Amino acid sequence: MERITVKIDGREIVTSPGRTILEVAVEHGIRIPTLCHLEGLSDVGACRLCIVDVRGQLVTSCTTRVADKMEVLTGTDAVRAYRRTILELLFAEGNHVCAFCVSNGGCELQDLACELEMHSVTVPYAYPRHRVDATHPRFLIDRDRCVLCGRCVRACGEVEGARTWNFAERGSQARVITDLDVDWGTAASCTSCGKCVEVCPTGAIVRKGESNGEMRKKPEVITRLKERRTHG
Amino acid sequence: MERQIHIEPVTRIEGHGKITVFLDAKGDVRDAQFHVTELRGFEQFCVGRTLWEMPGLTARICGICPVSHILASAKACDAILAVQIPPAATLLRRLMNAGQLVQSHALSYFYLSAPDFLLGWDSDPATRNVIGLVAADPVLARKGIRLRAFGQEIIDRLGGKRIHPGWAVPGGVNQALPETDRAWMLERLPEALATTQEALALFKSTFGDVEDRDVLTDFPSMYMGLVRPDGAWEHYAGVLRIVDSKGKVVEPGYDPARYYEIIQEASEPWTYLKFPHYVPKGYPKGMYRVGPLGRVNACDHFATPLAQAELEEFRERSGGRSGRVFDYHYARLIEILASVEEIGELLADDRITSTEIRAQAGINVREGVGVHEAPRGTLIHHYWVDGNGVIEKLNLIVSTGHNNLAMNRAVREIAKTYIKKGKVSEGMLNRIEGGIRAYDPCLSCSVHAVGKMPLAVEIVDAQGDVVTTLARDDR
Repeated sequence: MERITVKIDGREIVTSPGRTILEVAVEHGIRIPTLCHLEGLSDVGACRLCIVDVRGQLVTSCTTRVADKMEVLTGTDAVRAYRRTILELLFAEGNHVCAFCVSNGGCELQDLACELEMHSVTVPYAYPRHRVDATHPRFLIDRDRCVLCGRCVRACGEVEGARTWNFAERGSQARVITDLDVDWGTAASCTSCGKCVEVCPTGAIVRKGESNGEMRKKPEVITRLKERRTHG
Repeated sequence: MERQIHIEPVTRIEGHGKITVFLDAKGDVRDAQFHVTELRGFEQFCVGRTLWEMPGLTARICGICPVSHILASAKACDAILAVQIPPAATLLRRLMNAGQLVQSHALSYFYLSAPDFLLGWDSDPATRNVIGLVAADPVLARKGIRLRAFGQEIIDRLGGKRIHPGWAVPGGVNQALPETDRAWMLERLPEALATTQEALALFKSTFGDVEDRDVLTDFPSMYMGLVRPDGAWEHYAGVLRIVDSKGKVVEPGYDPARYYEIIQEASEPWTYLKFPHYVPKGYPKGMYRVGPLGRVNACDHFATPLAQAELEEFRERSGGRSGRVFDYHYARLIEILASVEEIGELLADDRITSTEIRAQAGINVREGVGVHEAPRGTLIHHYWVDGNGVIEKLNLIVSTGHNNLAMNRAVREIAKTYIKKGKVSEGMLNRIEGGIRAYDPCLSCSVHAVGKMPLAVEIVDAQGDVVTTLARDDR
C-alpha cells in the first residue's frame, strides 16, 4: 500500500493517500472544529469551520485530501480568528436565541461558540424573517435556527433514500425545503423517519412537544446505521 | 401660574417610569400622571412561535418573577392540550409558586420598601436602601435576606436554576422532586416561619395604629384576586373574585378562562402601560386593585391557621377591608406567612415526589387561558394557536397593569397632600415614590418593558413649560 507523510501541527504522520486532512487529524487525536461534517455522511465543506492552514492557504479539512509532504496547521491565531468570524456570521445570518431554544444546552452551534470563545457577534445581524413550519404531525422546522449545514439533506438522501430535503434559492435567500417547497406535512416523499431531526446540529429541526432546553439529539445513530449497512 | 412637577426616575422598582404633577394657577395639584415609558412588544413577536416555547419565551419578560410567567403560560398551554396535569405536577407547580411568593415578597419588603419606613421617610436617600438597613439593623436584614434565599432555593431545587427555570412545560413539569430536596425544604421551613412571624410582629408594633398606615393615603377601590370555591385565599387555581371597598362581593367567582367578559384594557397616549378595568363599571370608574392587598381584601379567609389569625387581626386593625396603600406591605407579610404554611402542607403530601409529572398531548383546543396569582397580582396569559401549535395571537394582562389606575390615583392623592401652593419638598418625592413602590410595580413586566427604571418629577406650569425637575440618581 502506498504510504505518504504529512505534517500536522509539527507532527509527522504516515498515512495513506486519498484520505481527508480531517480524517487523519481525528485519527491522531488532533481536534478540528466541525459543524456540517458528520461521520457516515458525505462531506461537502458547507460550513467552513474546519478550515486549516496549508502553507498559507486556508482549505476545508473535511474535503481536502492529504498529499505527500503536506504541511498543515490547525490552530494558528489566524485560523482561529477566521473560524470565529465564520461562526459570528452564522449567528448573524439567523435568529439564534439560545435562551428559549428547545436545543439550549444540546446544540452543536452553541458548543462551538463556547469552544471558539465567541463572546459576542461583531458583525451586524441580518434578522431574516422566517415562518415556522409545524405542519408535520411529529416534527417541525424553524429556519431561524438553520445554519444550512445540509446534514438533513444528506441524511435524507444518502441514508434514508427519500430525498425529501433539498436546498432552494441561493446566497442569503438559501433555505432548506421539503419536496418542491411544500409544507413539510404535505411532503409526499417524507417517511417520517426522523433522521433529519437527529442530525440537525441546532434547534432548527426538532420533535414537536419538546419544550425549552429539552431537545437532545443522537446524530451518532447515522454513523452506526451507515457502518452496519457497509459492513453488514 | 399653573405648573407641572415631574419625578424622574422612580427608583427601587422594576422598570422605567416618570411622574408628572400638574399644578393649577394657585400652585395646588390639579392632576398627576404616572408614565411608564418603555415598550417591549411580547404580544407581537411571540406570534409565529410554537406553543411549546411559550413558557420559556414569556419567562424572559421578567427576571424577578419569571416563575409567574412560566406557570401562567404552562397553564394556558395545558388548556390548549386539553389535559388534566398529574397530581404531582399540580403540587409541584403550587410549591414553586409559593416559593416565588416568598422570595418576591421578601425582596419587595426587606430590600426595596422597608428602608423607607424602617429607616424613616425623610432619611438620607444615600443610605435609605437595603445597605442602610443592614447597617441599622443587621439581624433583621440578615433574616430577611435568608427568607428570600429560602424562596429562591425552592425554585432552584425544583427547576434547576433560580431565574428562568425551564421547568413547567405544557402538560406538567419536566423534573420530579427528589427526597433529598424535599428534606432540605422541610429542614429550613421553621426558620422561614419564625422570620416571617418576627417581621409581622415588628410591623404591627410599629404600624399597628391606623394613623401610622395612612402615610401613603387611603382611598376606596374594588379588589380582585383568585379565591377557592369556598372563598379561601388562593394563588394557583380557583376563580376570580371581585369585592368592593367594603368587602361586598361584586363578582363571587368568575371563570378565569372568561376573564375578558369582565376585564378589558383602555389605552392612554401618555403611557405604554394599559389600563385594565372592570367592564360593568366602565373606564376609568372600574378601578380595582390586585396583588397582596387585593387578594387579602378579596378573600373570605385563609385555609391555613396562622395566616387566618393574622387576617382576622388585620381586619380588626383596619376596620374591615383596607384601602390604605401602605397596607400592601402588611398584606405582603401575611401572604409570606400563608405561603410558608402552604409549603409545609405541600411537602407533607407524599404524592409530591411522584415521578408521574407530565401529560403528553397534541393540539386539541385552539385557544387557552392561564390565570394565576403572581406576587404582584393576577396574571393572565391568553393564547390562540393554529392546528399545528403555532401562536396566532396572544393577550397578556400582567399584574402591575391591573393596578395602573390605582397607582395613578395614589400618586395624585399623595401629591395633593404634600404639595400646597407650589411648595415641593424632598419628603413629597419620597412619599410619591413610596406610594408607587407599595404596589411593588414591575414595569418591565407590565408593558413587557426593557431596562432599569429612573423616576423624575417634573413641574409644569399652566403654559405647559417645565418649571422644575426633581431627579436624583440614587440607584
